[in-house]
Amino acid sequence: MNATVNGEARVLPAGATVASVLVLLDVAPDARGIAVAVDGEVVSRSRWDATALHDGSTVEVVTAIGGG
Amino acid sequence: MSAGPPDVPAPVDESDRLEIAGRSFSSRLILGTGGFVNHELLAAACREARAELCTVALRRLDPSTPGSILDVLDEAGVAVLPNTAGCFTAREAFGTDWLKLEVIGDDRTLLPDAVELVAAAEELVDDGFIVLPYTTDDPVLARRLQDIGCAAVMPLGSPIGSGMGICNPYNLSIIVEYAEVPVILDAGVGTASDAALAMELGCDAVLCASAISRAHDAAAMARAIRLGVDAGRLAFGAGRIPRRRYAQASTPMAGLPALGPSS
Repeated sequence: MNATVNGEARVLPAGATVASVLVLLDVAPDARGIAVAVDGEVVSRSRWDATALHDGSTVEVVTAIGGG
Repeated sequence: MSAGPPDVPAPVDESDRLEIAGRSFSSRLILGTGGFVNHELLAAACREARAELCTVALRRLDPSTPGSILDVLDEAGVAVLPNTAGCFTAREAFGTDWLKLEVIGDDRTLLPDAVELVAAAEELVDDGFIVLPYTTDDPVLARRLQDIGCAAVMPLGSPIGSGMGICNPYNLSIIVEYAEVPVILDAGVGTASDAALAMELGCDAVLCASAISRAHDAAAMARAIRLGVDAGRLAFGAGRIPRRRYAQASTPMAGLPALGPSS
């Protein structure tokens, strides 16, 4: 299926979840200060494994940087 | 770190604390973490600023960036104040409801959009966020933000990163006079005297990023600005003398001996 991850088009295997996208991005499951939104809705960490993506899903993975 | 001047004990009374939304801080200098060349400099600046609260921004994860700024801030023992961009993700990422609200209305001046700012602040307060809005130095706008439930107001001294200091001390002093929530000077500080002036005018704290992170020696400037904040706070409490048009002798005239040739 096709998805957009942080603005980049990606082809993901069927059944891909939020957790599997994080593996693609090299994010450890216990990494701190990471938040994920799928199609504009925040997906809490406890639901990363269970949240399946769909064709056309837009995933944003954000973290803290210097600024503000 | 280069050898600096001998350490100066914190001049301000330990019981004089900054209270924001039920949280208490001994430091009145909030450090913005933007613009530091590396994490070591940021850590040194945190230390020298004696910061207890630092702003951070949220951006898309870049897997090629090594190390997390959060580890640096953790190590320094400071709490994070996330900036607006994606506030619901901030709540999830940092487990905090505190938020620095920044609604920029113009790309060149980075001045806040007052109308949108009030609307956004209202919505976020309703959603249970502890909102600290970056605002212009307009006393009426600051009062509106306070009235809708913001936990503090953060007026600018001059535009972000401009280093122009406090362009309108009068407005800032009126904001302070009206405020029932803490007033945090949030932009424009260029050097220590700007921070001191903000505190002398009665601000409760100063937020400073570029003046420190872009200084030639960030750690030394962090220390200087911290001392400026402390000096200004002390001076505010001590009560300055009024400005006068003419001189007022400090030596009494009574008892002046007649030593010169008399006419």
